[in-house]
Amino acid sequence: MEQQREAGTLGMWIFLVTEIMFFGGMFLAYTLYRTFFPAAFASASNHLDITLGAVNTGVLILSSFTMAMAVYFTQVGKQRPQVLCLVLTLVLGLTFLGIKAVEYHEKYTDRLIPGNLIPGASFTTDPHAVHLLPGATLKQVEMFYWIYFAMTGMHALHMIIGAGLLTYLIIFSLRGRFDPEYHSPVEVIGLYWHFVDIVWIFLFPLLYLLGRHLGGH
Amino acid sequence: MSEHIVSVRVYITIFLVLLVGTALTVGAAFVDFPYGLNTIIAMTIAVTKATFVVLYFMHVRYSARLVWVIVGSALFWMAIMFAFTFADYFTRGNLSTGI
Repeated sequence: MEQQREAGTLGMWIFLVTEIMFFGGMFLAYTLYRTFFPAAFASASNHLDITLGAVNTGVLILSSFTMAMAVYFTQVGKQRPQVLCLVLTLVLGLTFLGIKAVEYHEKYTDRLIPGNLIPGASFTTDPHAVHLLPGATLKQVEMFYWIYFAMTGMHALHMIIGAGLLTYLIIFSLRGRFDPEYHSPVEVIGLYWHFVDIVWIFLFPLLYLLGRHLGGH
Repeated sequence: MSEHIVSVRVYITIFLVLLVGTALTVGAAFVDFPYGLNTIIAMTIAVTKATFVVLYFMHVRYSARLVWVIVGSALFWMAIMFAFTFADYFTRGNLSTGI
C-alpha cells in the first residue's frame, strides 16, 4: 500500500513536470515580448485591475490552504472536516473563476480582447483606450493582451478541470471512500491544485504589477 | 518510509507567509527601484512563495528522493529552454556583418 501511494505521487509529479514545461513555454514567450516592448507591456499591465488581481491571489492561496487541510483531515481520518475543506476549496476555486469572469467582461467592454476573437468586437483602435506610456503603440499593447488571455485562459481552464476533480472528491468523500490507509486521489488532486496556485503566484506579479512603478493609471 | 503528516501549525504558518508575500509584492510594485530591480524583487518573492508551496503544501520536503529528482529535472529543463532561447534572441544583431 505504501509503495502504491508513493508510485501514485511520483506519477503525478511526472505529469506536473510536463505541465511546468507547458506553462514554461508561455512564460518564455511573455519574457521575450516584454523585452521587445517594455513600454507597451507596462501600459497594458497598468490597465489591469490590481484590486481584483490581488483579491484573486488571496482567494487562491486560501483555497490551497483548505486543500492542504483536506489532505490533513483525510490522513488523520476525520471525515466531516475533510468534506468541509474540500467543499470550501471548490467554493473558493469557483470564486476565483467568477472574479476572473468579471475581469474578462471588463476587457470585453473596453474592447481589449485581441484580434478578432469576438466577432464584431475586434481590438480597439482608440489610442486612448489604454494610457500609453512613451514609446508604446496600440499594436504592441494588443500583443500583451494575446499573452494575457493565453496565459490566464489556460490557467482558468486548469481551474475548471480542478473544480471538476474536486466535485469528484467531494462525492467520494461523502461516501467515506478515503481514509488514512487509502487516500491517493485526495493527495494527488491536491498536488494538482497547488500547482495551479503556483502558476498564478507567478502570473499575478508578471501580468498585474510589472509597470506600476512607472506611473500611469 | 512511512507517510509524514504535516501539522496544522505548519500549514497555517505557510498560509500566513504566502499572504504576507502577496502584500509585499503588491507594495513593492509601487516603489520605483533603480536598475530595474522591480522585476527581480517581484520574482524573488514569487519564487520564495512557490518554494514554500512546493515544500510544505505539496509535501516535497517529506517526500522520497525520487520526487526531488523529478522536481529538480523540471527546473533543469526549464532553465535550458530559457537559456538557449535567450542566447539566440538577445544576441541577434551583435555581429557587424549585417546578416
